[in-house]
Amino acid sequence: MFKNLTVGRALVYAALLLVAIYYLLPLYVMLTTSFKSLDDIRNGNMLALPQAWEGGAWVKAWAEACTGVECGGMKGFFWNSVKMTVPAVLISTLLGAVNGYVVSMWRFKGSDALFTMLLVGCFIPFQVVLLPMAQLLGMMGIANTTTGLVLVHVVYGTAFTTLFFRNFYITVPDELVKAARIDGAGFWTIFGRILLPISGPIFVVCVIWQFTQIWNDFLFGVVFAAGESQPITVALNNLVNTSTGVKEYNVDMAAAIIAALPTLFVYMVAGRYFVRGLTAGAVKG
Amino acid sequence: MSASANQGLRALADRWLPKLVLSPTLAASLIFVYGFIAWTGWLSFTESRLMPRFEWAGFVQYQALFENERWWTAAANLGIFGSLFIVCCLVVGLLMAILLDQKIRAEGALRTIYLYPMALSFIVTGTAWKWMLNPDMGLQKVMNDLGFANFTFDWLVNPDMSIYTVVIAGVWQSSGFVMALFLAGLRGIDDSIIKAAQVDGASLPTIYRRILIPSLRPVFFSVLLILSHIAIKSFDLVMALTGGGPGNSSDVPAIFMYQFAFTRGQLGQGAASAMMMLFTIVAVLVPLMYMETRSAKRV
Repeated sequence: MFKNLTVGRALVYAALLLVAIYYLLPLYVMLTTSFKSLDDIRNGNMLALPQAWEGGAWVKAWAEACTGVECGGMKGFFWNSVKMTVPAVLISTLLGAVNGYVVSMWRFKGSDALFTMLLVGCFIPFQVVLLPMAQLLGMMGIANTTTGLVLVHVVYGTAFTTLFFRNFYITVPDELVKAARIDGAGFWTIFGRILLPISGPIFVVCVIWQFTQIWNDFLFGVVFAAGESQPITVALNNLVNTSTGVKEYNVDMAAAIIAALPTLFVYMVAGRYFVRGLTAGAVKG
Repeated sequence: MSASANQGLRALADRWLPKLVLSPTLAASLIFVYGFIAWTGWLSFTESRLMPRFEWAGFVQYQALFENERWWTAAANLGIFGSLFIVCCLVVGLLMAILLDQKIRAEGALRTIYLYPMALSFIVTGTAWKWMLNPDMGLQKVMNDLGFANFTFDWLVNPDMSIYTVVIAGVWQSSGFVMALFLAGLRGIDDSIIKAAQVDGASLPTIYRRILIPSLRPVFFSVLLILSHIAIKSFDLVMALTGGGPGNSSDVPAIFMYQFAFTRGQLGQGAASAMMMLFTIVAVLVPLMYMETRSAKRV
């Protein structure tokens, strides 16, 4: 057996460790680079630790770095992303919960077909809706606003959240709901008294999934929000790809870590649910 | 109100409430998904440039698209990136899942490390790799400092190689996720099958080759589905890493669409390229989904 072959075991561990280093390397390089001075970056080695740990790049990335014409750092765009992500996640999750409840527990004639119709929204390349969406947001007067972005994320996120909750509620035994109906409980009572109390885990999975998706989105942000209301991913891209003056790699890296911190934090705290969300999202195929 | 009237009201509510609750989302889907696809489709058959125009113009936009060399560069890049990205993710992911399945100590910690890139935005990933593959100060310099004076790594600025840097960063970001799916699949396989094979004297590699990997078939299809979806839609990673450059050498359809529709004011071309992306997704996903349902039925 493999497990008694010590050489084989050692090789397995060595391979796994090597892969782990490969995965950690970019994070290490980003962190160390963000604490280096520009001279240190130019003369030193990418893999070396900073000669002197300096926090200047972080201050600059947060409050002073130039993203295009403006030079207010990532600060404002970070809050844009917060203001976009929080309502979009909450609304799409709540909608997904009641939708999933209907398509699993209150199936009616044609409800399966309607659910399949909804699911198509998970598969389309969003490029195919960008042009009319831009037009509509313009007509509604919410082009280039955070409100517009929230609307877009809710509209295209609800297909996923509905799927999450549907796949969760479908595992709840039908008898539970049937018994409650015989006892005279109605639509909302059953949802509130029977299903909501057991929905904790799926809410966590769904919120984490939506949070990661929406926070990390770039396509909708770059198309529907220019200038002041752009989310942090767009601002980061502008910062890194503006080619005026000296390239400040340390500031770039600090800004990238700032943009990544919220989702990384969620991953560290609730990694278990994060993985479950990924696999649940995968079941959809 | 009498008890029976109350009951009647409740029955009525139970009949209509589910439909009422579902209707806003359905309406949104009809407008924002189906209606918008139709709108884009119609636009791709007009001569719209800066402003949308709605007179039918036949296939002019598609003709222009197919005569555009840049479009073919983008399509070829998608082919190169897509196939390499998918193959590498599958191989690396499966290998890692098998290795992790050997009752490894600290499996949890290792899994956390392999999977954290999935929490990052492609923009962050692109920014990090852009810096590391930088020909002046990145990997090349590290190798030179180590004594390999002639080592050069200029893929990021080399038009012939730039698309491969996207593969490197893409595989880094997504292979951990593939590993997680395969590992979950391996753990889901009934232990008794493995025990029986061991009793029959099958070696571990044989067990993997003949029993475990074949029973991962459904997982394999889901993974393929997700990866091809990611590949066809890939936009942010390329934008952050190469911006489609140098020149147009690492252009992909998503960037082509974005630039024609939103920075060059060629709405018709943007719409036609978006429709081509939709067709590609349908052409790839529908057979895969068909095979997936068939293999799921058989198992």
